[in-house]
Amino acid sequence: MRIRVHVTPRKGVLDPQGQAVAHGLAQLGFDAVGEVRVGKVVDLVLDNASSESDALEQGQAMARKLLANEVVEDFTVEVLG
Amino acid sequence: MTDRLRVPPVSPRPGDPQVDDAAVREHGLTTDEFARVCDSLGRAPTWTELGVFSVMWSEHCSYKTSRKFLKQFPTEGPRVLQGPGENAGVVDVGDGLGICFKMESHNHPSFIEPYQGAATGVGGILRDVFTMNARPIALLNSLRFGSPDHPKTRHLVDGVVAGIAGYGNCIGVPTVAGEVAFHPCYDGNNLVNAMAVGTVSADRIFRGIAAGVGNPVLYVGARTGRDGIHGATMASDSFEEGREGPRPTVQVGDPYTEKLLLEACMELLQKDAVVAIQDMGAAGLTSSSVEMAGRGGTGLLLHVDRVPRRESGMTPYECLLSESQERMLIVAARGREDVVEEVFSKWDLEAVVVGEVTDDGLWTVVENDRTVASIPVGALTDDAPVYDRPRQEPADLAQRHETPDLPAHGDCNEVLLRLLASPNIADKRWVYRQYDHMVRVGTLVKPGAADAAVIGLPGTSKAIAVCVDGNSVHVKMDPFEGAQGVIAEACRNVACTGAEPLGATDCLNFGNPERPEVMWEFERAVAGLAEGLRQVEVPIVSGNVSFYNETGSQSIHPTPTVGIVGLIEDRAHAVGLGLPESGQLVLLGSPRPVLGATAYARCIHDVEQGMPPRVQWDDERALLRTLRAGVARGLIRAAHDVSEGGLAVALAEMALAGGRTREVGSGLGCSVQLPAYPEAEARELLLFGETHGCAWVVVDEEDASDLLALSQELGCPARVAGSVGGDELCVADAHGTPVVQLPIERVRDAWEHGFSKAVGVPAPPPRP
Amino acid sequence: MKFGIVTFPGSNCDHDSYHVVKHVLGHEACFLWHKQEDFSGVDCVVLPGGFSYGDYLRCGAIARFSPIMDAVVRFANSGGYVVGICNGFQVLTEAGLLPGALLQNRDLKFICEDTTLLVANGHTPWTVLCPETIMAPIAHHEGCYFADDDTLGRLEGEGRVVFRYASRAGEEAAEANPNGAVNNIAGIINERGNVLGMMPHPERNGDTELGDGSGAWVFRSIIHSFEAQA
Repeated sequence: MRIRVHVTPRKGVLDPQGQAVAHGLAQLGFDAVGEVRVGKVVDLVLDNASSESDALEQGQAMARKLLANEVVEDFTVEVLG
Repeated sequence: MTDRLRVPPVSPRPGDPQVDDAAVREHGLTTDEFARVCDSLGRAPTWTELGVFSVMWSEHCSYKTSRKFLKQFPTEGPRVLQGPGENAGVVDVGDGLGICFKMESHNHPSFIEPYQGAATGVGGILRDVFTMNARPIALLNSLRFGSPDHPKTRHLVDGVVAGIAGYGNCIGVPTVAGEVAFHPCYDGNNLVNAMAVGTVSADRIFRGIAAGVGNPVLYVGARTGRDGIHGATMASDSFEEGREGPRPTVQVGDPYTEKLLLEACMELLQKDAVVAIQDMGAAGLTSSSVEMAGRGGTGLLLHVDRVPRRESGMTPYECLLSESQERMLIVAARGREDVVEEVFSKWDLEAVVVGEVTDDGLWTVVENDRTVASIPVGALTDDAPVYDRPRQEPADLAQRHETPDLPAHGDCNEVLLRLLASPNIADKRWVYRQYDHMVRVGTLVKPGAADAAVIGLPGTSKAIAVCVDGNSVHVKMDPFEGAQGVIAEACRNVACTGAEPLGATDCLNFGNPERPEVMWEFERAVAGLAEGLRQVEVPIVSGNVSFYNETGSQSIHPTPTVGIVGLIEDRAHAVGLGLPESGQLVLLGSPRPVLGATAYARCIHDVEQGMPPRVQWDDERALLRTLRAGVARGLIRAAHDVSEGGLAVALAEMALAGGRTREVGSGLGCSVQLPAYPEAEARELLLFGETHGCAWVVVDEEDASDLLALSQELGCPARVAGSVGGDELCVADAHGTPVVQLPIERVRDAWEHGFSKAVGVPAPPPRP
Repeated sequence: MKFGIVTFPGSNCDHDSYHVVKHVLGHEACFLWHKQEDFSGVDCVVLPGGFSYGDYLRCGAIARFSPIMDAVVRFANSGGYVVGICNGFQVLTEAGLLPGALLQNRDLKFICEDTTLLVANGHTPWTVLCPETIMAPIAHHEGCYFADDDTLGRLEGEGRVVFRYASRAGEEAAEANPNGAVNNIAGIINERGNVLGMMPHPERNGDTELGDGSGAWVFRSIIHSFEAQA
């Protein structure tokens, strides 16, 4: 089963990369862009997931333990099938 | 050709493409070369063999065009422990220590993907040094980009600098010095030359010479993917206009894996288990194994199916030609494979036996017991084609030489500020701030604070001074004179810190050698470098050649860059260029300035024409001796050579860096009077004209007479020209009339912001 | 006093700390390999700078799961002295030994430059001998210290901010903040004061050959504190 973990900067945490992207987009004429937050995506293949909820649970455990730093990052887990 | 080996027949591998005329053409082999391939095999090559010949006979690997000329370089001397032909060269600095160094170009990959291209250039040159058992202690680079206002330049500068930083910082080798220059001739073809320097026990230098029939060949390091297949062939081809898309898969650098590889190699080479070791650089597994067998006069058998892979379904052709990074090939002593495996496993790296040394003189590749290639080693190395390409003096040479008629600008303050703000001369802090230049706690003088980096040698009182230099405008105007000037300047730069130049490495960046005018420039530039090196008795110990630096019909300026390593016996005496709090300014040497082909001509008059300054070698040697002796005796407290921008720019740079001795300070004023000069209206010529053989030095007032006496004894003219002090930069003519008078703050503003303004990057915050 | 310097795969300032402790200050030092599950006979653990595990994913995120880190956490919890410099600081926050996190620098570039540090609390084991300011270079891409308001309030209230970026004259100033760190924070300690994390590299200015040598005061302070306690 494949899952995807999205990791994004927590609200209120400075995201200079997001600011730089927003600035760049504005320069290119995409002036309707408001806030931009840049995060990362981790795709994983689980060999032992028994169900979607099991896969979700495993993904959340991994995110909590390693993939995200909850001091500054939020995460969501999605099952890709 | 040498004695012909009997080459076994090899049947085509099922699934491989046909070897037909189109395939031969696509592999960049000429009809004659293909005939030569068939002749050396006594049959037609297989698809795999065709690929192997194509990379091994590429310009990049075979030096087929340059070989004839490179023989002119002096390569021997009492200090040389290893000359050209190995992974890197080594010079002796005493105390049982050698300095191992090499410079290499990564121009084409850096234009296609600036970050990864530059990063893998750094990775490759580091491997060249640590395969010799040298611990890397410093990185340098020479970068050339197109016009700052060309739409691609900013992206390239950003990417290349970040790539160098990303790799060097992570692996933990300080990037200590370099040069960054801009010129429209690089609009379609930037240059990235990287140099690595390491220390090695003089009696523990490892080489890439396969020996001992039956000894196992081990593959170590990262796995093989389809990266950069045909990179070597690409480096031997020019860019076509309108086709800038990446052709092969870009190699991606992994500095973390290289750090592990470095530590594993350093540990392994202390143990008696390794016979030979070589980096897998351009043309990967193929060139590393072929070159090791070639140097050893042996044969080599490779089981390509045992090569660790990152991707499935890779063919022998792909495995052999892949340029995946962070890999090495090792010939171990038979029975000691386990030592290699143990050390690499400690560092979480793979080490796999993939072949053995043979005595049949053949390079044989087997896939699951089926032979897919069998080629005489000599056919790929010594018997590779050598060309004597036609050369022709450029039609516009007389015009290039003609002294331009440059009207005086009139306002020397304005001229000086514009020169200091021009991106080639302006402060490069935006660049070197991104490089970790202090890791390893050996960097004794910080970037920008001296003409060369000064690195302490652990466990001794010695230091080395290292620099890289080039001046492609001088070389373009007259390759022979200009190339001599490159050597003179590089030697002056290390001498200004107090060092004696010991050895050199070079990157010869040129256009398409199939153009007779480019070949003429190449021949003359190589002759000029060789002449200069002989004059100062500095041997070349390593280097590389990069041809085909052109896009469409636009070739780059001929751009030889030179890296010099010098020795400082007592590092406590090493000096920088910033003015100390007090002292007298002395001009060493006699200026012989020219205005054509200078920064002044380009920036102020938009002219690029005229003979470059000529090196007078007797004077140059006298200057080098005086600088070294003056620093060693503690008389010289700061020194800076006169180069781009002439006497005025050199003086301004000393003032700007003033206040601290081993890092760029907050600036100090000074006041000098120019020597009398015969020509009328020669004020701008004297201030901004470029000359060899000169340097500004600072001496304590009570030592001035000693320095003048020393200079006289060593045959170098010297003249007290002024003194340090105040907060203005003041230059007066021989009659005492001020010609430049500027507050240091204004000078600083121009110099500090010039680079970011020109390139369009955010200015770094004020210096701390 | 004996310092144990941890070598993670990718550490590259381990030898620099070793040099200062051993050759500049004349104390004992040894390397601790990341695969070690335990160590003994060490009075202060140094988590050095570098790019542990390539700093892939997040700086220090993988290193904190190294076998040796359990032992380091036990050592710290029992009152042992632990200092994390640069990457080591990142490892300490990931491991939860220090609060907050290190984010990318404000201008998104790696910065290598000298910084002047104001010693914000001179009564810690790490600063007791320090002058009012010391010089120490930074060399990082992710050195922008961040903590939420509560944590920050606690750190400030308890005097746990040990070093702040300052001007050469020793004044805390926004212009002297190289990376955007909140409150100019360059280094903090844990509640007990035995664990220090700092982004600047005192070991790069431990030798007077490389600068004014004032970075060595951090090491001298901890040696003093250890010897006073023994």
